[in-house]
Amino acid sequence: MPERLITLENVTKIYGGRKRTVKAVDHVTFDIYRGETLGLVGESGCGKSTTGNMLVHLLNADSGTIRFDGQEITAMSEREFKKLRSDIQMIFQDPYASLNPQKKIGWLLEEPLLIHHKEMSKEDRSRKVDEILRVVGLDESYRDRYPRQLSGGQRQRVCIALALIVNPAFVVADEPVSALDVSVQAQILNLMKKLQRDYHLTYLFISHDLGVVSYMADRIAVMYLGNIVEMGTEEQISRHARHPYTQALFSASADEEGRERIILDGDVPSPSNPPSGCPFHTRCFRCREKCLDQKPELCEMEPGWKIACHYPHEWEEGEDSPQRKAVEV
Amino acid sequence: MESVCKVTDFSLGFVQDKKVYPAVNHVDFEIHAGEMVALIGESGCGKSVTALSLIGLQPETAVLSGSMNFGGEELLALKEAQWQDYRGNRISMIFQEPMTALNPLIKVGKQVLENVMLHQKVTKEEGRQQVLGILRQVGLPDVEQIYQSYPHQLSGGQRQRIMIAMAFVNNPDLLIADEPTTALDVTIQAQIMDLIKKMNRERGTAVLLISHDLGVIRHLCSRVYIMYAGHIVESGEVEHVLGNPVHPYTRGLVASIPSSRKKGEALYSIPGVVPPLYQRKTEGCPFCNRCFAAGKLCERITPAAYVHEGRRIFCHLTPEEIAALSVRMKADQEENEGKSPKTGGVQECRKG
Repeated sequence: MPERLITLENVTKIYGGRKRTVKAVDHVTFDIYRGETLGLVGESGCGKSTTGNMLVHLLNADSGTIRFDGQEITAMSEREFKKLRSDIQMIFQDPYASLNPQKKIGWLLEEPLLIHHKEMSKEDRSRKVDEILRVVGLDESYRDRYPRQLSGGQRQRVCIALALIVNPAFVVADEPVSALDVSVQAQILNLMKKLQRDYHLTYLFISHDLGVVSYMADRIAVMYLGNIVEMGTEEQISRHARHPYTQALFSASADEEGRERIILDGDVPSPSNPPSGCPFHTRCFRCREKCLDQKPELCEMEPGWKIACHYPHEWEEGEDSPQRKAVEV
Repeated sequence: MESVCKVTDFSLGFVQDKKVYPAVNHVDFEIHAGEMVALIGESGCGKSVTALSLIGLQPETAVLSGSMNFGGEELLALKEAQWQDYRGNRISMIFQEPMTALNPLIKVGKQVLENVMLHQKVTKEEGRQQVLGILRQVGLPDVEQIYQSYPHQLSGGQRQRIMIAMAFVNNPDLLIADEPTTALDVTIQAQIMDLIKKMNRERGTAVLLISHDLGVIRHLCSRVYIMYAGHIVESGEVEHVLGNPVHPYTRGLVASIPSSRKKGEALYSIPGVVPPLYQRKTEGCPFCNRCFAAGKLCERITPAAYVHEGRRIFCHLTPEEIAALSVRMKADQEENEGKSPKTGGVQECRKG
């Protein structure tokens, strides 16, 4: 059994005041094992970024517990969490927005060392900055440049260097390549994989690009309206998905020729007014009466493969097959 | 097959400080009636500016040359007043971000109606009926209410449907869709692409789709043009070009797309970056500084196209020669990986 690094138990996050509330994350439970990459996919507003932000303590959960390496971090104050901050790092989506435009790269990279490693001498810090620049495929000459002088891919390398310079065990990557072109995207993904091998990192990889997630992740969790609807190994989710939402998502992926595209009706319902029963029932092509008022629990169907659907076996029986539905469209 | 639009030897340059910086170089392409054609390329390759020129919306600093023939008419010779007959009428365009393309202060029904009234001789009531009809056709529910809504009251998918309604209401011969789904969610993307395909089939409108989603293109388009740094480098049937790419750039592009199938192996990444506009050379192959197969000839002479199995390839080498050299792609890859030292100082830090 792999070792659990992160455990989330019934984690809920509610935004808003007295009048209107939005349940961004609704009783989410999952584990992340040491050394793995967990992919988190879903459409905008499904709560995937909120989940990521709670894991790095940028947001506090309203209920439930989050444990990192056995320690509960949910109730920690900012000061208590500071010790863990160097273990848990984040890479953001937009490398243009996450670097201070007025500071040189060298200064930006030195700052985390000044905070987390006060004991380091100036020479050590400087050596360290040079090293990390080389690790991410840049060189010392970048120390004296400003973010605006770098390309998008180079900036994202600097962001990765910023996350790694304090030697974290766990990195949340929130859409790290969605702002980049395909050929640059491939470089960054390769770099992230290589760093994972070299430094035994654990990733939570958040993305809406299913090709990218399938390539990177060992396991995938699919979120819809604040709930995890299906979770399993990459192969289970991308090839043999059982939840109708996952099936629809992955039916459009590029390399599956011959697979029928499933086109869902309607829009994602507003998270401030979620549907009763199963959150997906308004768009589901297998919806039955039971789905309207009973919310399905996330149940383990096979070891490690969980799904929140009342009728996970329907598809195999050929009844209401998504293929047939797709032909009608 | 009858062609709707034929572009020959089209070039576009930006003028700054009396110098011309070429962004598009001697591009040829053709769109047949009723077909869906894709234009693929990375940002900065000139695909959007080419599309904008087709509808007369290129930036003012741009200088154009060559020919854009649209139904016997030369688009590049049109005066601004003459454009009115084409733009939004016979040629229309869907933009990437529906929120910025709609006027936030005007009800969406009225915005679509405006396009009808400008181009057709109909009464307001007839126009209104036409608008309601097209709104229904693009799959919007409760059209009377949508007609009276402001853009901010609609979801992203609905706004893009309004854009599509606006583009199709005058029954254009050609629709240009510039990354129409990048701002939308995955399941909504599928809906919108499906809708564009449906309108293309039902109305016989030719579509030029600009996208970087190879999955969507494979599924919907019949032919594809691959653009790199202002040049078209390969074109032909989608299945051939994307399924079995020949040009070194197309090979690199297809190999660098991550997918479940490539799991466990390093992704190919084309070495280097697309040169910025002011650093581009005027002679030689545009791709030669990043190409695994480039030789001395490539640096001096811009390759002409040759036809191979029904597709056009702009390269000095034959497909066999490129295939033989493609082992170098792997070597490139390993060299890239070896760039950063295997053991860094990150661990040391923890000890300290």
